[in-house]
Amino acid sequence: MTRRLMEGAEAIARAMVAAGCRFFAGYPMTPFTEVLEHMARLLPEVGGTCMNAESELEAVGMAWGAAATGTRAATGSVGQGLSLMQESLSEICHARLPLVVLNMARGQGDYHQATRGGGHGDYRHVVLAPADVPEAVQLAHRAFWLADVWRNPVLLVGDYYLAHVQEAVDEGVADLPPVPDKPWALDGSTGGSGSARMISPLGLAKRGDPSFVEYGRHLETIGDRLAAMEAGVEPLAESIGTDDAELVVVAYGTPGRYLRYVVEELRGEGLPVGLVRPITLWPFPSAAVAAAAEVARAVAVYELNTGQMHDDVRLAVLGRRPVSFIGGLSFDNSGFGIAPELDVERLSARIRRALDETARTAAPA
Amino acid sequence: MTEVTATGPAQVPEGQAVVEFSPRLLQSPEHELCPGCGHPVAWRVVLEVLEELGLANRSLLICGHGCYTQMMKLSDIDSLQCLHGRAPAVATGVKRMLPDTAVLTLQGDGDMVSEGLHEVLHAGARGERVTALLFNNGVFGDTGGHLTATTVLGQRTKTSLEGRDPATHGHPIDVARLLAQLDGTCYVARGAVNTPGTVARTKRMVRRALELQMEGAGFTFVEVLTMCPTGWFVPTPEGPDYLEETMSATFGLGELKAPGGP
Ligand SMILES: Cc1ncc(C[n+]2csc(CCOP(=O)(O)OP(=O)(O)O)c2C)c(N)n1
Ligand code: SF4
Ligand SMILES: [Mg+2]
Repeated sequence: MTRRLMEGAEAIARAMVAAGCRFFAGYPMTPFTEVLEHMARLLPEVGGTCMNAESELEAVGMAWGAAATGTRAATGSVGQGLSLMQESLSEICHARLPLVVLNMARGQGDYHQATRGGGHGDYRHVVLAPADVPEAVQLAHRAFWLADVWRNPVLLVGDYYLAHVQEAVDEGVADLPPVPDKPWALDGSTGGSGSARMISPLGLAKRGDPSFVEYGRHLETIGDRLAAMEAGVEPLAESIGTDDAELVVVAYGTPGRYLRYVVEELRGEGLPVGLVRPITLWPFPSAAVAAAAEVARAVAVYELNTGQMHDDVRLAVLGRRPVSFIGGLSFDNSGFGIAPELDVERLSARIRRALDETARTAAPA
Repeated sequence: MTEVTATGPAQVPEGQAVVEFSPRLLQSPEHELCPGCGHPVAWRVVLEVLEELGLANRSLLICGHGCYTQMMKLSDIDSLQCLHGRAPAVATGVKRMLPDTAVLTLQGDGDMVSEGLHEVLHAGARGERVTALLFNNGVFGDTGGHLTATTVLGQRTKTSLEGRDPATHGHPIDVARLLAQLDGTCYVARGAVNTPGTVARTKRMVRRALELQMEGAGFTFVEVLTMCPTGWFVPTPEGPDYLEETMSATFGLGELKAPGGP
């Protein structure tokens, strides 16, 4: 398989098209803009459609319509645009439509938005967080696959760094099992047959449709489906040195990539540190975090915000070990939330300090 | 307090008869809307046109949130329910993927003109090849009679208790006139359903709009003024005349834009 040097934004766009995406809508905002530009060029070449929507409200609405026809569709933005889309995203979950949504975020302040959502009612979307471009390509394929298998939106979280770093990527189509047919997809053809199709987030059905359930039951069904999804979607994580680490660091996305390097370096010096890098943020790889915490004396969370994934790590550890927060905001006035925090020296210093703290305070394992 | 009087069965003039009829695409004539509501009449006309143009099995309805949403459940037409205000964008995604399908949006004045005004204007400007239907009764009927962006001056609602006063509540929006100005729209018309004559004219408008959509001519728009005696707080039998004196008088009926001139 040939490998090509490519910027992340282009690699993600190409992977989405290779995965069969034929409709994309978005409203420019850096660093999501970069993906939108590539989609505007790539989709017409394969007979697809890319819309420069008039707002993120329109973008997600357009993607909703395209998805309802059974087309593999995607949209996205940055955190602010995702905030605007929340009402639609929760309804799309309730309507059981597959959709892929990108958040090319600035920093990691949108962790709660991604994993809890700001929409209404009981809903969840699967959240995938690549740390580098080759992984982003694989996860873009996986996102469309998961969306179709679960008939549910899947969020792919990237950032400025991922959009702009050039890496060699293998563009082969990921080897994923086949997806179910889409008998629910609307094509306008069932009208006049006595049993026209309908898709409704509220569970409305045509009069006399035998599959109709009362609204309360519809809501319960949504809850059942969320539980099935949480149990059925494979949680993914990368673990380094967790079988002997005394301090386990948890980090995702771009910081996860930096910490992979820093943790390897420190381990080279003989320091007992390890890393768990969640790749699925929902379902959260709680078992991997819990297993690492079991062996360690303490857990430290690094993320580029004031402490959000920290919640999920504490839920995974359930009080069995202390869980400290060693991350923080990264301000470089560009607004993209990368430098200056992501600096190997600084990260090493923080981990060393956390390790010292662990040695001083934690009970022996 | 308003006196409520039973109207009894319709008085049929000598030599005329009332016959049962209902469009084939209506799966049940039993709806949950108020007596005297104009929406069922307006929707019946749409179903009749779809049937007459042979579009039943290649049409898709995208429906917003309001009392008219009930009509979607009773109609044998592929349907997609979307959010309040968002039908034009959702319809855009559908039509781009199914260019040969007749795509209709159904929204009320609250849905289209209050909540989602930008959506319909952008779809119009883009020349999206869909037919947007506005069932305009000048109130949020579904929530119980509140001020919308099309409520006529003087109209009493639960949020304009002394009547819509421009100094406090501003002026109603004539969305058809806004749409008619956009280069992307090819057909813009306003009908009503308060008399047999207006119903017949509205049906011709819906037919023209759908024909033009199927010719790929551009964005087509039909507004239908509908009675909402409940939300207007007027006795049911007075709905049709009240519509004439208030909404029709404010907005006017007819084609605002059509290929070759209205
Ligand atoms: C975002 C959002 N806001 C408010 C509502 C509540 N709501 C439901 S129907 C409706 C009014 C609908 O008015 P209109 O579109 O004019 O329809 P009508 O009932 O008058 O036919 C409102 C405000 C909603 N469903 N969603
Ligand atoms: S409230 Fe108005 S629009 Fe709603 S059903 Fe009653 S009359 Fe019709
Ligand atoms: Mg209304």
